[in-house]
Amino acid sequence: MQQSRCFDEMTVADGAIRAVYGKIARWLAATPAETLASRRSQAELLFRRIGITFAVYGEKDAGERLIPFDIIPRVMLRSEWSRIEAGLVQRVKALNLFLADIYGGQDIIRSGKIPADLILRNPQFRPQMAGRRIPHDIYVHIAGIDIVRTGEDDFYVLEDNVRTPSGVSYMLENREVMMRLVPDLFAEHRVAPVENYPDALLASLRSVAPIAAAEEPTIALLTPGRFNSAYYEHSFLADKLGVELVEGRDLLVNDDRVYMRTTQGAKQVDVLYRRIDDDFLDPETFRPDSILGVPGLMRAYLAGNVTLANAVGAGVADDKAIYTYMPEIIEFYLGEKAILKNVPTWRCREPASLRYALDNLAELVVKEVNGSGGYGMLVGPHATKAEREVFAAKLAHDPDNFIAQPTLALSTAPTFFDAGIAPRHVDLRPFVLTGANGVRVVPGGLTRVALIENSLVVNSSQGGGTKDTWIVDDAIFDEAAPWQSQLQNQAG
Amino acid sequence: MLSRTADHLFWLARYVERADFLARIVEATQRLAALPMSYSGTGTEWESALESSGAADGFHATRAAAEEASVVEYLTFAPDNPSSIRNCIEFARANARAVRTALTVEIWEAINSAWIELKRYENSNIARGRYDREELSRFLELVKKTSLDYDGSTDRTMLRNDAYWFSRLGLYIERADNTARILDVKYHVLLPMDEAVGGSLDYFQWTAILRAVSALTAYHWVYRENIKPWLIADLLILKMEMPRSLIACYDNIVRFLDAIAKAYGRPGASQQQAHEVMTKLESATTKEIFRIGLHEFITDFVEDNDRLGRTITEQYLLY
Repeated sequence: MQQSRCFDEMTVADGAIRAVYGKIARWLAATPAETLASRRSQAELLFRRIGITFAVYGEKDAGERLIPFDIIPRVMLRSEWSRIEAGLVQRVKALNLFLADIYGGQDIIRSGKIPADLILRNPQFRPQMAGRRIPHDIYVHIAGIDIVRTGEDDFYVLEDNVRTPSGVSYMLENREVMMRLVPDLFAEHRVAPVENYPDALLASLRSVAPIAAAEEPTIALLTPGRFNSAYYEHSFLADKLGVELVEGRDLLVNDDRVYMRTTQGAKQVDVLYRRIDDDFLDPETFRPDSILGVPGLMRAYLAGNVTLANAVGAGVADDKAIYTYMPEIIEFYLGEKAILKNVPTWRCREPASLRYALDNLAELVVKEVNGSGGYGMLVGPHATKAEREVFAAKLAHDPDNFIAQPTLALSTAPTFFDAGIAPRHVDLRPFVLTGANGVRVVPGGLTRVALIENSLVVNSSQGGGTKDTWIVDDAIFDEAAPWQSQLQNQAG
Repeated sequence: MLSRTADHLFWLARYVERADFLARIVEATQRLAALPMSYSGTGTEWESALESSGAADGFHATRAAAEEASVVEYLTFAPDNPSSIRNCIEFARANARAVRTALTVEIWEAINSAWIELKRYENSNIARGRYDREELSRFLELVKKTSLDYDGSTDRTMLRNDAYWFSRLGLYIERADNTARILDVKYHVLLPMDEAVGGSLDYFQWTAILRAVSALTAYHWVYRENIKPWLIADLLILKMEMPRSLIACYDNIVRFLDAIAKAYGRPGASQQQAHEVMTKLESATTKEIFRIGLHEFITDFVEDNDRLGRTITEQYLLY
């Protein structure tokens, strides 16, 4: 069985329950499947009522689909989390220094650590930003760093999402729903809260307002509109932040300043938390056919009259080819070893690596360097021979566009199905905020789960689900010993 | 607030109110049409239902004779009728979804649950053109309940700020339009004659009007009299205590426009127009209205009301 080869977060190889899952295991053992099923439909009803849906591009009923939610939380110890947190803070600091450098002095290119063309010819590199300073040199205000676990102490960063990472609304709503469904479990676990995320986000956004802005800067969230797959999240966040949710057509640029059209006339906007990609921001500068953006926005931005979060051009750091250099980047700017490991990666642009990738396609995961959302990737072991052949041709034709990684044995976590509880692969996307006031991470993040047996693709656009993620103090489990051994006796 | 947000709130309210009115029109007409020919009069009830709901032109362009099944289908589920109840709910939800942040959870739930219910009717008999009175009556109940839910949650949960005021403006502009339209279509049965002896044949026409604006019981409480056509006109135009009367709608419109002007620190064209309409209504008497002609009075009012809607849009809602 393939399952047995990977690390399960609840049950270790000999069938014993890991201490951190002790209370969960007891709860699962004591709760009839029908009760779990009814909790699950209760959760679904709640999500449906509050309107949490996710549109999937290219599907007929894309309008309104619910992301499957699993009611068994994913639990981690505070001590495990603290290491991840330190690694995240370190990583995002380095990403910001890296971006400030490539749009500034370009020390890292001169040092020869990263090939110049990988940065300068990167489609996400925005020459407009070269030599410009932005408030506090912060490029990545909101980062979603995808982390996978392969063993008791083995955590890897899979991807750095620094353009417009999504999912934080699910982190927050999952928690609200779980608190309503299983209040007893919460009382027992004393889970670290995540509800202060919007407040922390607001503080970060306020801290990066242009210096000339009023003491109370006006912040708005720029969305592509209600047909965007993450529209629910945009409206959810705007609501929690208490800021206007604007579309391109609500904004206008006059005299290099950005205004929104209000019932009281034009009102100046100081900070835009934009959930629109660079390409669509401003038809005058980027894609001229964009109807989502605001003509003249880049003029106002470069004049320093508005702050965009994340910054224009941050996408370079999101690139999977750049990702492969993250250990070097961290060392270069911070003089520290990376706390979180990178997945070993073959850069297909290098001939030896390409050869290796082509020869071992059946064992590898191959990704487009600019791809996201699980689109355009090949999971070698799960692909048919024909699929691999088609992909090999693509890869050979344009090797610069791809990286290859070993197929990681992602950890599994217990997941509820009608047929019973079964392990499914999970990852974790914590959200990292950077402002003038420093770097902050709310404890936990969004756990995504691949609901299909043996599947490693957790993206919601590819049928993945989500779980609530609980960070609990280690001390909570000291008192758990008696019934835990009891449970093991029962098992034995 | 964003002009676009205000615009969506305004139209959300209008579509919910319109759906409610359509449901009442259909119910009242059904009742009227179910009477023996000698009681209901002309046999053109469904034609006038189309006219009262402003759907006559669209109907005749695409459908044959105006009889019960085809008119009901057109007013309730027809996808090609921009003002069918189904489309009103679809538009209401699209507007609500576009401004999810400006709504309270309760309002969103009122609209979203109606929409989810609507989806359940998608494969129903009426939606597929098979007339089914029982199903229809359940559906109309749903529509009326939705407007109550929307209205109640708006009242109970919204902050009293511009978002609330624009929502209310949408509701009252639409309601005034609806009341005026039904008066306009039925004005000929309301013209005063010598007091009819016994029951006039028009009696059932009159009660149908009152039912369409859910005012039949209200009539008796206000007048403590038999149904008299000029009193119906009085009730629906000039009685402040009647929540669907034109004057009650304008009482609210003026109030909410003034609240906006005060909050924004400056009145404009819409405040001025609304006050003018209100003055007309306040100084009018039933006698005077019948002297210059009920039809003319109502036609003027519909025009004034339309113009005010446009002025509000120009002043606040353009984006």
